[in-house]
Amino acid sequence: MKKKQKRLLARIVVALIFFGAVFLTEKLTALPDYLYLILYLIPYFVAGYDVLWKSVRNVAHGQVFDECFLMTVATVGALIIGEYPESVFVMLFYQTGELFQSLAVEKSRRSISGLMELCPDTAVRLGENGEEEEILPEEVSVGDVLLLRPGDKIPVDGVVLTGESALDTAALTGESVPAEVKPGDTLISGCVNLTGVVRMKATAEFGESAVSKILELIENAGANKAKSEEFITKFARVYTPAVVLGAALLALIPSLITKDPATWCYRALIFLVVSCPCALVISVPLAFFGGIGGASSKGILIKGGNYLETLADVKTAVFDKTGTLTRGQFQVSRCLPAEGTTEDALRTLAARAEYYSTHPIALCLKSAAGGDLEPPETVTERPGFGIQAAVDGKTVLTGNAGLMELEHIGYMPAPEGATAVYVAADGVFLGCILLEDLPKENAKAALDALKAEGVQTAVMLTGDRPDAAKITAERLGVNEVHAGLLPQDKVAKVDALCKAEEKKDRLFFVGDGVNDAPVLTRADVGIAMGALGSDAAIEAADVVIMDDDLMKLSLALRIAKKTRRIVRENVIFALGVKFAVLLFSAFGLANMWLGVLADVGVAIIAILNSMRMLRK
Amino acid sequence: MKKSFRLEDLDCANCAAKMEAAINKLPGVNKATVSFMAQKLILDAEDDRFDEILAAAKKEISKVEKDCRVLD
Repeated sequence: MKKKQKRLLARIVVALIFFGAVFLTEKLTALPDYLYLILYLIPYFVAGYDVLWKSVRNVAHGQVFDECFLMTVATVGALIIGEYPESVFVMLFYQTGELFQSLAVEKSRRSISGLMELCPDTAVRLGENGEEEEILPEEVSVGDVLLLRPGDKIPVDGVVLTGESALDTAALTGESVPAEVKPGDTLISGCVNLTGVVRMKATAEFGESAVSKILELIENAGANKAKSEEFITKFARVYTPAVVLGAALLALIPSLITKDPATWCYRALIFLVVSCPCALVISVPLAFFGGIGGASSKGILIKGGNYLETLADVKTAVFDKTGTLTRGQFQVSRCLPAEGTTEDALRTLAARAEYYSTHPIALCLKSAAGGDLEPPETVTERPGFGIQAAVDGKTVLTGNAGLMELEHIGYMPAPEGATAVYVAADGVFLGCILLEDLPKENAKAALDALKAEGVQTAVMLTGDRPDAAKITAERLGVNEVHAGLLPQDKVAKVDALCKAEEKKDRLFFVGDGVNDAPVLTRADVGIAMGALGSDAAIEAADVVIMDDDLMKLSLALRIAKKTRRIVRENVIFALGVKFAVLLFSAFGLANMWLGVLADVGVAIIAILNSMRMLRK
Repeated sequence: MKKSFRLEDLDCANCAAKMEAAINKLPGVNKATVSFMAQKLILDAEDDRFDEILAAAKKEISKVEKDCRVLD
């Protein structure tokens, strides 16, 4: 608790004790009325002197619809018509609400600043002779050699020069398994060095490092306000003057007709108590702030309440294929040996023939065969087709279908979609090996989870051949595939998809942030995955998922929906109760106690409801 | 030019909304956001008159909440 809050709490407690004592005295004794007024004024001033002072000052500035002023009018009015305990109670309870609100807001701010803690405080620079110098992260220049001891936060982005260690990336990615690093590996600022002593070279200044970009993003998230937040602030602008006007009319017109001003003024004062919109105005951004904070602790950075709001309406998920849904590199997916050959023999033979090749396909074949391979005796390149090699005295051909045809070897064509390497020895077809860019392990599960969160259509965009794309799509349960697209085609496609959407439906596009910045920008929500260390992606995307875990997409949707539900609950509940109290008090069915209880109570409940977003 | 400023002692959400509305009405302001949760003013205003606009914005802020200060 801050000093200011402690002081307010103390005042409330003292005022409450006084109030209780005076209340009892009034019930038990029969003193002249003015003495009770004086007694009640003690807790009244203890609880509310700052409200009174502020209202005087604000009215001097022309701020008539200020909440302090409204409270002052309501309570002073109550004192004038002789409702002393009500007046004091309203002030007391109003202050309790204020205290509660400021505590709640502070708590949720702190939860976000948990992220801020990833900001490093110092860096240790190593001089030429190995002398250590402690400096601020801002003072590090590119090329500096820095020392990281176990427990140190990495101050700027860099690479490992010497030493091995494990890094805790949890603050950035939500991933709890430490990442191992060795010389040559990239270091991302904000991670914590866990085990070893590492010398690193700075590759970026502090301001350009991942940690600054992320902090900036989170700090500014509040600026992108959700529509419901704007609605509620606009509503508040109309609500307060309208209720105050209502109060004025209620105090004047019926009083003139019925000649009973005390009753109607009292009812009008209840109006003033309920006219304060702050609870409403705070509960909405509080929920969004909590949602953004909760998501960021899971490694999902959302750039504003507006994006969180839009995510809840996503019905179409558009994916980039390579590197997002798939691993982005070729792997041996299947071996199809001809009769008389085993899978192992086929794999080994192909790998030995490709022994000297550095082509990506050859590398795949070799890693699939594994173990120690013996080199072939001779190798001849067959450009455009493959390789001819002498292995154990046999002439081995590995390559595409064209090579088989050229050599008049009868072969079994491979199923469509995959990249196939055909293998023959001494003119006899031995089989083929299929290479594919396989989907990520959890891609199917991630898509299913998205569908469970209400995504109706999954679309895949790719520059790949249609047949290859189709196979991946079928495997994952993607509904729509657009293959053979150039980067600019992807923008056009997403544009068309956006325009084809139903009125309230939205789409998100997920990419790896490399070369797809324009698509990220065009989509209703652009999501960059695996963005740790990619500045471009962090800048272009609306939502940034720090690692490349596809399951976080459905998690983001879930958080978005929960936030939206809480916002709706708060708005409906708060407005409902306020209008009910207005109605009741207009007909004389409510008193001031009920008015302030309802008003502050609603505020506290709405705030507690919003705070649920912070829970994990 | 777009710059963000930390706000100290911004105590009420509705006040933040009022400040935002008032600053947005100032001439030369492209867009101003006052975030209660982030305790920040993000001011996007004409380059050549930025300081002057910022001063006017500060005035609007203290008009709504006297104790609230803009930290540069």
